[in-house]
Amino acid sequence: MTRSDKAATNAADAAPRAGAQTGATRAASAMDADTAASMARRARRSDHVATGVLAVLVGVVCLLTVAMVVYILASGGTKMLDWSFLTSNPSDGGIGPEIFNSFYLLFLTLLISLPLSLGAAIFLTQYAPSGPVTTCIKTIIEVLSSLPSIVVGLFGFLVFVIKFGWQFSIIAGACALTMFNLPIMVRVIQQALEAVPRGQRDAGLAMGLTRWETTIHVLIPSAIPAIVTGVILSAGRVFGEAAALIYTAGQSAPAIDFTNFDITSASCPWNVFRPAETLAVHIWKLNSESVVTDAAAISAGTAAFLVACILVFNILARIIGRALEKKVTAA
Amino acid sequence: MTTIEPETSGASATAAAAPGAAPADAPRTTPAERPSDGEHLLSTRDVSVLYGDNRALKPTTLDFDAGTVTALIGPSGCGKSTFLRCINMMNREIPHCRVEGHIWYGGVDVNAPDTDLYEVRRRIGMVFQQPNPFNKSIYDNIAFAPRRHGVKGRKQLDQLVEESLRGAALWDEVKDDLHKSGRALSGGQQQRLCIARTLALHPDVILMDEPCSALDPIATLAIEQTVRDIVATGICVIIVTHNMEQAARVSDRTAFFYLGEMVETGPTAHLMKMPKDQRLSDYLTGRFS
Ligand SMILES: Nc1ncnc2c1ncn2[C@@H]1O[C@H](COP(=O)(O)OP(=O)(O)O)[C@@H](O)[C@H]1O
Ligand SMILES: [Mg+2]
Repeated sequence: MTRSDKAATNAADAAPRAGAQTGATRAASAMDADTAASMARRARRSDHVATGVLAVLVGVVCLLTVAMVVYILASGGTKMLDWSFLTSNPSDGGIGPEIFNSFYLLFLTLLISLPLSLGAAIFLTQYAPSGPVTTCIKTIIEVLSSLPSIVVGLFGFLVFVIKFGWQFSIIAGACALTMFNLPIMVRVIQQALEAVPRGQRDAGLAMGLTRWETTIHVLIPSAIPAIVTGVILSAGRVFGEAAALIYTAGQSAPAIDFTNFDITSASCPWNVFRPAETLAVHIWKLNSESVVTDAAAISAGTAAFLVACILVFNILARIIGRALEKKVTAA
Repeated sequence: MTTIEPETSGASATAAAAPGAAPADAPRTTPAERPSDGEHLLSTRDVSVLYGDNRALKPTTLDFDAGTVTALIGPSGCGKSTFLRCINMMNREIPHCRVEGHIWYGGVDVNAPDTDLYEVRRRIGMVFQQPNPFNKSIYDNIAFAPRRHGVKGRKQLDQLVEESLRGAALWDEVKDDLHKSGRALSGGQQQRLCIARTLALHPDVILMDEPCSALDPIATLAIEQTVRDIVATGICVIIVTHNMEQAARVSDRTAFFYLGEMVETGPTAHLMKMPKDQRLSDYLTGRFS
């Protein structure tokens, strides 16, 4: 039955009821049928129009995004593919330390935020009694997730950099990014866990397993594709974050020496107490207080590299998520 | 001596096995009294359930014996699942749900706050309405819980898996691809896998909540046959069903629930032929669904 048929039947159903009261006869129902047909036509037309408008809107958004990405990649592409640009120090116009800093910071952030958010999400979905306290916690997490990152950055500056005396350091940056990242990760993992059918949990519990065993051995394996996808996507956000880092991880990238394993030394790459400018912060700094001559070109190259990395993250998230999904559903 | 004794212990078990026996079903123990050991495998005494302030199940007293199938019938929403979930304390997983009364099993009250929930659930298994095998291989679906409960050794597990699958009449169908995902099986096979998974813990009781409602008639008959096979090994099965034919085919005893009340219970054949309560006879003749 097509949509217009259905509308016509509905109208025809309604007609006799109305007709019986007023005493109107065949003419009335014939007219009603006409009205119904025209209504159906109009409905179909507005359906077409709505679909068209939506298609145009989506097209515009896609076009804008693609144009932006293409522009960024095009304007910095040649610079980005220059090996010496990617490996040399900022004093020589390169971004070598920034690349390492960005990845190291991301790694440390995930190292801190993954266990925390996993624990929080498990607690919220499996253990927390539903009540005002839990609702309150969930609301706080939501609020936290919409906190402007500059506020997080300044908070991190006051607490980690000043109060804890960590100075501008990777660890201060990682803590600030954790605050920024945690709410999103908790949400993602929470949703992934909640998406596992209730029957799975019940089955585990009904076999005499504890909630913990059920969560770890039944729910998490089922939720892992969604969790991994979410974590990688949030990694993209963290990777491109600047405002939260300007006052925590700092704006300088001292040269690092990969042969130095003295973790108290400022040039040791693994030293978490050294200041570490990331790619995003580098772009910000180049554009706000450029002292180098070809700042624009370096900035464009850095931006291109950053965007390329985030694209790779997103593609990886899809591929890995899908592969895990396949592995999980068909052993 | 035998002439005066109104009912000897085990009378109801015999009544259950022989449907033609007289309906000797009046509760023989006063409500809160603990039934003497060995009389019934499982006894509920005035078990009632509240969801918040809503009493979904009125005090229910029933006995269940080893090697028998008891069917719980009644229109939907009458509290069958609610009652079933009391027996393995799955109701504890529902917030705002409170269970009152006593559930005597192996000399302990399952409903006491200090009962070892995990031990009880290991010995009282459950099969759900929707087949819910884990996202694991057939092998791991079965070996998973025993492993968690301390069964070690490849050989022992292999044996357990085979024995459980045989118990659920699934072995011949899956023995060649035990490492295929449990989700890849058909609905009926999935449900039998769920039964096998429960059998792997060597339970005394298996609770089944409308296990066939998501299955086609052929798969349903296979499950029913499986149920009879399981019971022949001495396990007690309590099965919820809204299908009267199924209750007649599979059960020894039946309890009829209506609007949160256990209205009538007795040997299945007897209950269906001669219902005492008007509501049950209305239900049997299909006057309400
Ligand atoms: N989790 C729950 N929370 C609140 N009320 C419930 C819940 N589960 C069942 N009920 C109520 O308890 C009554 C009995 O439900 P149920 O035991 O599922 O019936 P049946 O299995 O016989 O169809 C119904 O009125 C239902 O609304
Ligand atoms: Mg039910």
